Amino acid sequence: MHASNALDPQSPQARAIYDLGIVSAIVFVLIFVVVAGGIVYAIFRFRGREDEPDPKQFAGSERVEIIWTVIPFLIVVFLFVLTLRGMNRADPPPAPSPDLVVTGHQFWWEAEYPASGAVTANEIHIPAGKPLSVRLDSKDVLHEFWVPKLARKMSTVPGKPNHIWLQADKPGVYIGTCSEFCGIQHAWMRILVVAEEPSKFEEWQRAQLQPGQPATSDAAAKGLALFQTSTCINCHAIRGVPGADARVAPDLTHVASRRQLGAGILENNPANMRQWLKNPQHIKPGALMPDFIFTDQQLHQLGEYLDALR
Amino acid sequence: MNGTTATATLAPLLDPAVRAHHRLAWLSTVDHKRIAILYILTGLFFFVIGGLEALLMRLQLAVPNNHFLQPDTYNQLFTMHGTTMIFLVVMPILFGFVNYFLPLQIGARDMAFPRLNALGFWLVPFGGILLHFSVLAGGAPAVGWFSYAPLSETPYSSTPGVDYWAIALFVLGIGSVSTAINIIATVISRRAPGMTMRRLPLFTWINFVNAFMVILALPVLNAGLAMLLIDRQLEGHFFLPFHGGSAVLWQHIFWAFGHPEVYIIVLPAFGIVSEVIPVFSRKPIFGYEFVAGSTVAIAILSMSVWGHHMFTVGMGRAANSFFALASLLIAIPTGVKVLNWTATMIGGRIRFDVPMLFCIAFLIQFLCAGITGISHAVVPLDWQTKNSYYLIAHFHFVAVGAIIFAVMAGVHYWVPKMSGRMLSERLGKWTFWLMVIGFNMTFIIQHFLGLQGMPRRVFTYPDLPHWAWMNMLSTVGVFFMTAASLILIWNLVISFCRGKVAGDNPWSAWTLEWATTSPPPHENFDALPPIRSRRPLWDIANPDRPDPVVGENTSEIARPDKSKTGILTFILSEAAFFAVLLLAYLYFYARPQPGPGPRELNVPRTLVFSLCLFVSSFTLWRSEIALRKQHRGSMLGWLALTIALGGVFLVGQGIEYWKLFQTGVDVSTNLFATTFFTLTGFHGLHVFFGLIALLIFLWLAWQGDFALGRAPAFAAVGYYWHFVDIVWVFVLLTVYILPLTR
Repeated sequence: MHASNALDPQSPQARAIYDLGIVSAIVFVLIFVVVAGGIVYAIFRFRGREDEPDPKQFAGSERVEIIWTVIPFLIVVFLFVLTLRGMNRADPPPAPSPDLVVTGHQFWWEAEYPASGAVTANEIHIPAGKPLSVRLDSKDVLHEFWVPKLARKMSTVPGKPNHIWLQADKPGVYIGTCSEFCGIQHAWMRILVVAEEPSKFEEWQRAQLQPGQPATSDAAAKGLALFQTSTCINCHAIRGVPGADARVAPDLTHVASRRQLGAGILENNPANMRQWLKNPQHIKPGALMPDFIFTDQQLHQLGEYLDALR
Repeated sequence: MNGTTATATLAPLLDPAVRAHHRLAWLSTVDHKRIAILYILTGLFFFVIGGLEALLMRLQLAVPNNHFLQPDTYNQLFTMHGTTMIFLVVMPILFGFVNYFLPLQIGARDMAFPRLNALGFWLVPFGGILLHFSVLAGGAPAVGWFSYAPLSETPYSSTPGVDYWAIALFVLGIGSVSTAINIIATVISRRAPGMTMRRLPLFTWINFVNAFMVILALPVLNAGLAMLLIDRQLEGHFFLPFHGGSAVLWQHIFWAFGHPEVYIIVLPAFGIVSEVIPVFSRKPIFGYEFVAGSTVAIAILSMSVWGHHMFTVGMGRAANSFFALASLLIAIPTGVKVLNWTATMIGGRIRFDVPMLFCIAFLIQFLCAGITGISHAVVPLDWQTKNSYYLIAHFHFVAVGAIIFAVMAGVHYWVPKMSGRMLSERLGKWTFWLMVIGFNMTFIIQHFLGLQGMPRRVFTYPDLPHWAWMNMLSTVGVFFMTAASLILIWNLVISFCRGKVAGDNPWSAWTLEWATTSPPPHENFDALPPIRSRRPLWDIANPDRPDPVVGENTSEIARPDKSKTGILTFILSEAAFFAVLLLAYLYFYARPQPGPGPRELNVPRTLVFSLCLFVSSFTLWRSEIALRKQHRGSMLGWLALTIALGGVFLVGQGIEYWKLFQTGVDVSTNLFATTFFTLTGFHGLHVFFGLIALLIFLWLAWQGDFALGRAPAFAAVGYYWHFVDIVWVFVLLTVYILPLTR
């Protein structure tokens, strides 16, 4: 399993935060050692004994107070300068137009590549080594995009798009999550960022632009018909299927090529896909996909169709 | 009751008739000590509820992919846990201590307004019941204790949980403000001879400053709650982005309350520690003026740091930098306090009784909380750590590691004064060590869990590297804290039944609460010692080396009238409330929406009716003069004219509303309408309340109740009336005159 560890930065932006964290941590440890040391010293050195008279009544010193106001002030100024510098490094101003638009929905992520027009969900592919200017938006409530190894976290605010830079030094799978509470299934609004060599990324993007695989078997054809008649089509898009262009729920054109289902709750394989179709409310209670009460045969047909959407 | 005769006075309580009487006596009491005990017991009751909620959540999180709780149940639990712990546990318990000991520490017989005090308390159980009633009415709120819009709006939270939450907090807010008014009026008007402001014990001083923060911060929340309720109940649009509202505005309003609130609950804890550490170090506090002064600095700065809750909302570089600097600066006065407490111990003869043990743990844990707090002010670090378990760890280090530990110190220090009986040192030490171990086991690891990428408010989590064992460890710690709480309750119970009799001053402490019996008699003191320094009892015990006299060697102090103090502080809180409504109006005025706007309003007519309201301030002033001169007829005449003018103003507002309704404009039309009706509606409501108060005076004077002694109360109502008129000046300028300049 991959980790989502903020202490293992994998991009220049995340590393800027990490480096700032290390400097700050040194300052923090010094403060802790000095002050806690004073407390511990007092405890051991000035332990009172029974029937001892009260000590000298010393009520303070202005000079000491000034010293320990000025020193923290200098530390504060130092940290503030670091803060300003860190903000610029970790979060440079946005590019004129975004390379990627990520939109939060209850409870999944939509990712669109404006230049090519590719659209996917929950699994975001990026070319390794290249910084992407990402526009963050929301279709309903507040969400927050957080992939600790790669970038700062940033809220998606409905009606007020935000921006981050997203980059990965090396190919790999980076995990993240929605980190602003967004409703009943906030826990399962996870993110996968898949960084690939630029050539492989281009390949992936071209594949994403292809229409969905037409039904090749009788069962799959019936599955497609179910998709069109059982209200699936009201929310889900499949490129190449007439009328299937809704953007309410994840785009399914290449759903079978993704690693996970339900924004991270299940591994994506044929068996889990059928489980999900059978009873999404049991697997992810409160998700906006209702239970349809398909027969086993219908599940088989829908599954056959969706399995082929690679 | 007297400590040495506690056993004797228990006997009549066994008589059933007397017992019933005593129960009623507790329900109807206006005695500050009894109200204080009611506060604390109410807080303890809700502590059990909030603690069980925490226990359930930690059980659910003990292992990954757990199905012990339903997601919706979990979300309700963390919402209720946060709301309960802040508003129904920490605030009541701290108000309880303040209620008991602040009047004692200044040598007063009671709070300035005993009946208002009772009201303030009874609003706590009322608010608590309202909040928990939601459970029966379709489910508790499941939006988190800060209820972020638009999730908290009807389209995303359609059950009435959020409504009950908002109403409950509104009620609790009113209670808190009334208590804060009482605290301020008590300190200003009820100090004993010789108790100058510079001689106040630090617990009193800090809570006096804190009361001003309550006065200014809680109304901000109440304004926000009113807007949220208008959105939910009347289809307003304040926080609905897809109707032109703003999700970020709610965050600004909530945290403009919410961050001062953090200090509102931590400052009284500072007050407790500032009493206990000197007594058990056998030395005066190091740098009294700096501890007191830094409190004022914290209070002022705390009003300008709320944005550090919003570094990931996209406020922009300038705002982020401002709030980062303010948040870093507030660390300085806070750090000064920690250093002063430490320096108080140095050179002392430290006695490690249970209250002191809790204070030492407080010091170290609060130091950690402060340091991780600084890491949230360093904006880029916040961009990683915010909304993760690192943040949960940070604020539990504040809320539990600092505040609850200080409360525990307060309990072990002061309960002997309240009950007349000592708590068991042995059980107290068990409580202490179990708390220290449990607390640190639960929360230290959560810092690292957050850095490993675990977000807050998730009902379960995937089995990622390290997450499982870290969560398990955290859950195990809760059992230690649970055991500690049970031992504390057991300790309290057996102490009341058969604890060692405490005597007047078991800790050889120096402030006035220890100069009377344990528990103190009704009206607190038989005789007060002379007060010429900050430690009157030290001076008595050490006539050979008394403290230097603070200020002039006099026992004369200025004590202004309590009605005036009370009404002025009340007006301050009302001003904060209207300021938020006005700012919300301006916020949306700057972002005009399609549909009706200020041009729909009738400016000339409103000017005429406004004139009536302004003239009514003059007529009321004439009526006050008549009362002071004891001219009954003149007073009645001017007062009746005032009421008539106020009534005419309300009629004018009614006409304005009626015309708008006729053209189809109501509170749900667009944001202009939502903000206009909210602002003018609340103003109209205040005029209405003022009219009721004036009518009461008119009726009293008519009936012949027309004594000079009524003058301060009448003047107080006058202040309120003038204030409502001044608010209208601002509303008139903003809503009616400003658009003319466009």
